[in-house]
Amino acid sequence: MKKKLIAWSLSAASLLSLAACGSGEGENGVVNVYNWGEYIDTSIFDDFTAQTGIKVNYQTYDSNEALYGKLAGGATGYDVIIPSDYMIAQMIEEDMLEPLDFGSIPNFSDIDPVLKNPEYDPENLYSVPYMFGILGIIYNPKMVKEGEDMETWNVLWNESYKNDILMFDNSRDTIGIALKKLGYSYNTTDPAQISAAVDELVAQKPLLQGYVMDDIFEKLEGENAAIGVYYYGDYLTMADNNPDLKFALPREGTNRYVDAMCIPKGSENKENAHAFINFMCSAEAGQANCERIRYSTPLLSVRKKLDESVVNNPFAYPDPTFMAEQCETFSCLPAEIRTLYNDEWVRLMNS
Amino acid sequence: MKSKAIAYPYVGWMALFVVAPILIITLYAFTSGDREFTLSNFQDMSQYASAFGRSFLLAAVATLICVLIGYPMAYFLARETGWIHRMATMLIMLPMWMNFLLRTYSWKFLLERNGLINSFFGLFGLGPFQMIDTHGAIVLGMVYNFLPYMVLPIFSVITKIDHKVIEAAQDLGANNLTVFRRVIFPLSLPGVLSGITMVFIPSVSTFAISRLLGGSKTLLLGNLIDMQIIGTAYNPHLGSAISLVMMVIVIICMAVMNHFGDGEQGVSL
Repeated sequence: MKKKLIAWSLSAASLLSLAACGSGEGENGVVNVYNWGEYIDTSIFDDFTAQTGIKVNYQTYDSNEALYGKLAGGATGYDVIIPSDYMIAQMIEEDMLEPLDFGSIPNFSDIDPVLKNPEYDPENLYSVPYMFGILGIIYNPKMVKEGEDMETWNVLWNESYKNDILMFDNSRDTIGIALKKLGYSYNTTDPAQISAAVDELVAQKPLLQGYVMDDIFEKLEGENAAIGVYYYGDYLTMADNNPDLKFALPREGTNRYVDAMCIPKGSENKENAHAFINFMCSAEAGQANCERIRYSTPLLSVRKKLDESVVNNPFAYPDPTFMAEQCETFSCLPAEIRTLYNDEWVRLMNS
Repeated sequence: MKSKAIAYPYVGWMALFVVAPILIITLYAFTSGDREFTLSNFQDMSQYASAFGRSFLLAAVATLICVLIGYPMAYFLARETGWIHRMATMLIMLPMWMNFLLRTYSWKFLLERNGLINSFFGLFGLGPFQMIDTHGAIVLGMVYNFLPYMVLPIFSVITKIDHKVIEAAQDLGANNLTVFRRVIFPLSLPGVLSGITMVFIPSVSTFAISRLLGGSKTLLLGNLIDMQIIGTAYNPHLGSAISLVMMVIVIICMAVMNHFGDGEQGVSL
């Protein structure tokens, strides 16, 4: 009963908000897009409507979990969503996504082959990559020893930087870094490896200044900490505010995250959703988005049009061999391993 | 009959926003994800003993500091009259007009490595000191945010002490110290007790202060519950069980303290 009530109020809320932003339909109907905040160049919607006669209703969320919570709570009325890798895997597992008709998405051929058939969607049935990026170490050369080897996760365990190191405030990323340090996979399901990784983190904890999420911008830009871990796209933003900051890619391997476009179960405009996804994979829309949000595009034709300095930047577009061999995407962990992550994360926090 | 009817909206309000949430928490605490009755949420509780211990310790330290700072402050301000009295009341209330998170954020910037305080010390060649993301910073945040809740009740109780009682004590030969020890302090105890309650309870359950000023390194009960309800370790049933246990412990603490408080008051009078 309660669940129904929640579902009812959520759908009422989404209906209201849809009604609030929707002002009639295009000649070929609408497509309801639900995306991360600040993660698109909205001016391309007009081009899309001009080309197809489909009107775009656009809404945003601020985390994978918020998106999941809304859809799991029974909200409908979305045609295109853009979750991250591991959340896509979880949604596939819970049967929340529609298989895509790739015949209606011819531009899929332009996607970098390295990003096709990813671990989160092994047969590539449900998702089309939108943007990707790489996790790395962001540091301030003024605050670390000259000649310090920054291209290794081990530097995060270096006692000379006590109180100067920042880690993620979430279990998947932080335990993942320790797994990589030990040479294991991000997606290991061996409880002994996960516990060994958390032992490493327990030993590291006294060296940390803190576990942070978006506070890292202020901490690193303001030189309140010397070393942190975050994504390359965000590093570019930080470097705008503090040009001293540098980015290093650990040679033990790192996380490559992908945000990909999917169609949730219950979509009422599937045809339009396919048209929208195909449009997003066009060179024009891809370039507009890429230049606006500064993340890395999976579209090969867009990369040809981008500035040389951007495309040849090894952090934005790493060497394909490195990507294939050293980068790993998060896949969905089995339920019992998710529980273990929770328990081990509480053990770390509580240590 | 009429007055009863006026009370109904308030009863409804309390039922909806006080009783119902507690019932829902209780329901969640005693059920599993499959909606079946279980005690397993409570059986694993011992592994969180250190979080309980840490929260109660930090909250107790913060409460003690609040008493030590707040009592003299309330005492001297309450003895003032006229504009100082009015100004003091105003200044104690003033910080509460601004959002609690904003005030805590501003401490974050003060305490940072390159924050205002370290910059000041730097002028004398001292530091920088690691102040942010420590237990000390968390206690500071609690004291700063909750001190008004200690000062106000003591202040209002002392203001209302009948001056004739004090004069009577002085007439009977009591010096100032004895007047304070035997008359004013016992009479102000109800204010101290309600101050302790109003500081200790928000301190023991805070999660924002330890996140903002403690760098998420110090797991307090509030953070533990937050993790289970909306955070990285999603399990609202366990989160509800921890909340319930915390509420029970807090109620026991308060009951014990009030009991001692009553006893002391009785003896002194």
